[in-house]
Amino acid sequence: MARAVTTQHKTIATAAAWVVALLIFFPILYTIITSFKSEQEAIQGFNLIPSGTFESYSEVQQQSGYFKFFFNSVLLSVGSTILALIVAIPAAWSMAFSPTKRTKDILMWMLSTKMMPAVAVLFPIYLIFRDSGLLDSRIGLTVMLMLINLPIVVWMLYTYFREIPGEILEAARMDGASLWNEIIYVLTPMAVPGIASTMLLNIILAWNEAFWTIRLTTTNAAPLTAFISSFSSPQGLFWAKLSAASTLAIAPILIMGWFSQKQLVRGLTFGAVK
Amino acid sequence: MATQQTRSLARFMMAPSVVLLFIWMIVPLVFTIYFSLLQYNPLNPIRDGFVWFANYKLFYSNPAFFAAILNTLTIVVSVLVITVVGGILLAMLLDQPIWGQGIVRILVISPFFVMPPVAALVWKNMIMHPQYGVFADIARFFGADPIDWFGQHPLTAVILIVAWQWLPFATLILLTSLQSLDGEQKEAAEMDGAGFLSRFIYLTLPHMSRAITVVILIQTIFLLSVYAEILVTTNGGPGYASTNLPFLVYQKALLEFKIGQASAGGVIAVILANIVAFFAMRAVGKNLDK
Repeated sequence: MARAVTTQHKTIATAAAWVVALLIFFPILYTIITSFKSEQEAIQGFNLIPSGTFESYSEVQQQSGYFKFFFNSVLLSVGSTILALIVAIPAAWSMAFSPTKRTKDILMWMLSTKMMPAVAVLFPIYLIFRDSGLLDSRIGLTVMLMLINLPIVVWMLYTYFREIPGEILEAARMDGASLWNEIIYVLTPMAVPGIASTMLLNIILAWNEAFWTIRLTTTNAAPLTAFISSFSSPQGLFWAKLSAASTLAIAPILIMGWFSQKQLVRGLTFGAVK
Repeated sequence: MATQQTRSLARFMMAPSVVLLFIWMIVPLVFTIYFSLLQYNPLNPIRDGFVWFANYKLFYSNPAFFAAILNTLTIVVSVLVITVVGGILLAMLLDQPIWGQGIVRILVISPFFVMPPVAALVWKNMIMHPQYGVFADIARFFGADPIDWFGQHPLTAVILIVAWQWLPFATLILLTSLQSLDGEQKEAAEMDGAGFLSRFIYLTLPHMSRAITVVILIQTIFLLSVYAEILVTTNGGPGYASTNLPFLVYQKALLEFKIGQASAGGVIAVILANIVAFFAMRAVGKNLDK
């Protein structure tokens, strides 16, 4: 860019951007700060400097057993994402490399299933889960989350696979590579970055899914969304504990999210904005 | 150069995804439509039976349903206005050369990664609480009375929380689009003496229009089904003041066990979503043709 940027302009823009960014981030920042306060401190008005106690964290762990929920969240989000990848990779592969007339329609139809509001099918799903003994089971919920994110996974993989040049596959085929070898030795290495970003974004989405994970679990399979919802009725002095629990619930995914910003745009717009 | 063999292989590879999604879509939907024509209450099975469209008539007669639809639309439209306008302004600000852009971006995008129940609880207790929240602290600092957000302005409170969650999404996508705007075009416009406003109206806005469309459509899909934010803050109240359609369906189905009515609400939600989906698909579909 040839445009000269004056230092003054840059200073003003920087100041404005930082003020806005800190305002937007403030609720998260203040929660993290409050989590290091004692319950007494937490209600004594606005204060950005905590005494640095860890008592809320240990209390949260003692009271509700954070790690059980954390473990469920990891299991559900990673498990459902891997399942979805297993089902979606062949589909996306075939759509990207041997497209037919109907490929576009199939992709569109998959996307349309994503638009069905969850509440519309709440009761049937609830019944199906209850009658097959899947309520509050990790397996049931993993499959559920897999189905919810499957369209996004197929779409993301498809947009990544489509960018792999077809000539390379032709060349491999000419050299006598079988279809299977083609997939393992040619395609997979080129597809790994796309698969990795798809995986990252979908773990985030599954981690934060807060409808089915709350409604279809009680204790055994309950992930962090359910854990945190148990704080929705106030329990006396609980501001510091709530902050500690919230920090624990969002920290892992916040950090993962920071690394996946670019994929986020692409994944959530179904490749429409890159 | 697809041979017959690769074609049938392709079909075989697609089958699991297609079959799974088909079952996932059609089975519960058929159930829901069927239930919506029934009077069905697991707690009071004596009066159960086929009632045809009586459940749908409640949408005219029951004020709760009407309120819920109105609230649903209010949430969608308000959040869209806040996030799109705010997103454009923020994207333009972040597109400037600034120090520490990486960190600023991370700060701005963060709310999107906060799970809905946490976002709602943090706002409910840390920010908007009438006694201990930051807003109350600010009000007291200026000698004003703190506002009881969830008692007096429940829907506004929900809208604020949801807008906070989606503003980063809009900003990030609009910023991505803005960064693909040709710098030379901007320069040329400047050289020709176009002011900031006309540059914005004739150059920036048209360039972003596609991204704006995408933001609106995708957000609408998610905003139509806001649920956790209401569950942990207002619980739909006071009265039905902050009950949207998803929340009403949940109440009817799992708290009151009026399955017929809940299913009718669900079918209405599907129809609402399909109207949006129709436009969404066209916008996304265009991209495939390029």
